[in-house]
Amino acid sequence: MPDFSRVWDVLVIGGGNAALCAAITARLAGCSVLLIDSAPKPFRGGNSRHTRNMRTMHAEPTSVLTEAYLEDEYWDDLLRVTGGQTDEHLARMTIRLTQDALPFMEACGVRFQPSLSGTLSLSRTNAFFLGGGKALVNAYFATAERLGIDILYDTGAVDLKLDDGFVREVVIDHRGFPETVRAKVVIASSGGFQANLEWLKDGWGEAAKNFIVRGTPYAQGVVLRNLLDQGVASVGDPSQCHAVAIDGRAPKYDGGIVTRLDCVPFSVVVNKNGERFYDEGEDVWPKRYAIWGRLVAQQPDQVAYSIIDAKSETLFMPSVFPAIKADTLGELAVKLGLDPAAVEKTVAAFNAACVPGEFNSNRLDGSRTEGLSPPKTHWARPITDPPFFGYPLRPGITFTYLGVKVDENARVLMDNGKPSANLFASGEIMAGSILGKGYLAGFGMAIGTVFGRIAGREAARNARN
Amino acid sequence: MRETEATTDARRAMEVCNACRYCEGFCAVFPAMAMRREFSTGDLSYIANLCHNCKGCYYACQYAPPHPFNINVPQVLAQVRAETYEEYAWPAPLAGLFKRNGTIVSLATAAGIALTLLLTMALVDPSVLYQPQIGPGAFYRVIPWWLMVALAGGTSLFAVLALAIGFRNFWRDTGGRADEFRRAKPLAVALHDIFTLKNLGGGGGGCNDKDEGFSQLRRRFHHAMFYGFLLCFASTTTATFYDHIMGHPAPYPFWSLPVQLGTWGGVGMVVGTAGLIWVKIVSDPAPAARNLLGADYALLVLLFLAAATGLLLLALRDTGAMGVLLAVHLGVIFALFLVIPYSKMVHAVYRSAALLRHALERHPTPPGNKPSDRALGSAA
Repeated sequence: MPDFSRVWDVLVIGGGNAALCAAITARLAGCSVLLIDSAPKPFRGGNSRHTRNMRTMHAEPTSVLTEAYLEDEYWDDLLRVTGGQTDEHLARMTIRLTQDALPFMEACGVRFQPSLSGTLSLSRTNAFFLGGGKALVNAYFATAERLGIDILYDTGAVDLKLDDGFVREVVIDHRGFPETVRAKVVIASSGGFQANLEWLKDGWGEAAKNFIVRGTPYAQGVVLRNLLDQGVASVGDPSQCHAVAIDGRAPKYDGGIVTRLDCVPFSVVVNKNGERFYDEGEDVWPKRYAIWGRLVAQQPDQVAYSIIDAKSETLFMPSVFPAIKADTLGELAVKLGLDPAAVEKTVAAFNAACVPGEFNSNRLDGSRTEGLSPPKTHWARPITDPPFFGYPLRPGITFTYLGVKVDENARVLMDNGKPSANLFASGEIMAGSILGKGYLAGFGMAIGTVFGRIAGREAARNARN
Repeated sequence: MRETEATTDARRAMEVCNACRYCEGFCAVFPAMAMRREFSTGDLSYIANLCHNCKGCYYACQYAPPHPFNINVPQVLAQVRAETYEEYAWPAPLAGLFKRNGTIVSLATAAGIALTLLLTMALVDPSVLYQPQIGPGAFYRVIPWWLMVALAGGTSLFAVLALAIGFRNFWRDTGGRADEFRRAKPLAVALHDIFTLKNLGGGGGGCNDKDEGFSQLRRRFHHAMFYGFLLCFASTTTATFYDHIMGHPAPYPFWSLPVQLGTWGGVGMVVGTAGLIWVKIVSDPAPAARNLLGADYALLVLLFLAAATGLLLLALRDTGAMGVLLAVHLGVIFALFLVIPYSKMVHAVYRSAALLRHALERHPTPPGNKPSDRALGSAA
């Protein structure tokens, strides 16, 4: 057990990518650093454990990135997904600094690989971590240990004693025991509140209890709540979260990437009453999976069922759970717990409305329905060939948007606009400043890495004064 | 390949991995997996033998225990791999030797040494075991020439036959055809992968030999052992040539080719096997298949003994210890040849075959150049 009577230069709250980048940067600048992760060691690393790449600006091809991806294009992509709910100054700074992050990451032992099969569309924009996010987290922790950073697992911050924007001390829960940590500077990198279903009820009501949390169960938002309650300025819509439609059989927490389901565009999706509720073929799946989380969340009991026939069985990435299979639609409906008559009626109406066309799973093929409401505007072809397959869908929550407001030095701002004297933030807890809506693959890791490094640098500067 | 608990577990692991694919850059296992949506037992046999047990995927896995999915790819593939050794063993009744293989190999080693010593005492004057024997033919005065040839020749020919049939069994079971060996490019790729142990490189930065940290230790120790073994083999071949073709029987001077090859080969094997044993002892047990460690240790110790007794024999061949040392050394070699088809040694055959299968998959036959049905039939 560490000596809690000492004063550290920097306390980093959190154990994910942003926390580690901050801790390592501060340590390299000569500070004594304590890092606390509320998860036990096997589940350390927050949601970074489930990530796989970082969206990275680059002017020319690198070992793993093809062609070039420049600031303006990156900014345009961000602007499109956020619909303007971003901060151009902070966003452009983040984008530019992703370029410098790569050498830092490599020096910390992070290794890269060419984009994974099935993700060719990202080979130009996103640098993939060899082995994924857990391998990245392992590399950072190994570096942190080597540099002499004190690390405590099973240890979370409970209360930051803020006094006019100055953190006097931090009460922590160290393996079930309350302790007090004193540090000259505190960096909050403890993530959002997406695993706190009670809190999510504020925005979603009782529906939230049926949400599946795709990532770590440790993102309870304890520090975020504590700071907002003490007059720290907030950013982001408190009621919003990023949710995608995932396999309804996923574990409640930590199911990660393997629970995604890519079958929706080639299927009809019905709710628990056996009725369709949205155009399944509106656009290619990477552009639509995010809205389906919300769509399913709005259905009764927050559940839906994607139904395909034998023709579409191999058109999408395999899911971790085998499809539910039956020789007739009625039988499939029964297996899914649906009213067979309702499902047969919905599918019959859909089949009758399909306009003959050239089906092509690789592009917007224009195979559509006519006179059906809601329509299916692409990949519509009759569901007729046994066996039939069904997948249950549930909203899988990835992250929340509400966060603390920071300036370009990662310094936390108070409600009155004044900067905190010794509190910084990096990662998901402040990402809402830049990503206020939507999602851009690999951008969370970009914000975490860039702001983690800024927070570490500024914290070190602050601790020395 | 029959369906077992291990193949069921491996299939489940592959289905989770196939929906994730984060590990694609580590080794050949994951690209091979990504080419499939369903996994027959033959596929699992192929993938299990493709795995070099580098453990990179275990430490990188977000679903590793204590995650409820409990994914431990190196462990489950090692278990399947051990079952494939039984499955393809020839003759089939001897497959049981792969069960409790550590004990079997250890017993064979002890029996080999004991048998050679006893035979020597029974067939020649036991005093040769204690008196210095010097000059041409000194070794044959301890172990008669005909006995050496009978033991070495008999066991090695049998081993080659058993391994060849094992290879054929594996090849058929994993969907291979006979006509595929004619394709030069995949063959070259496979040979490159075999001789460089590319798949123990962890995608460039090394593997998790001991723990989360990366190193190339296992790869280097394996190289020392493997190339040492080849040098020793070359030594024996050269010596056979000197003796039987040039009429110049052993012992040979230190600077002669057979002794130089054998010495450096022996040093490589001693360093390699000792190093691999050490890595095994200090490594994290979590991703290892504990029930297979006995077989691993037994073979490594046997190879270590083969090399160490050879070097000791060289060092002391002009003394009275030569007789006993020669008998012990040849006893160990005899045991080694005897257990080759029924020990971890078979991994060399199946791993190489799997790498060739992988190279063939990655370099498919160009369209229009498909093998005829006749060729398919002839292989079945």
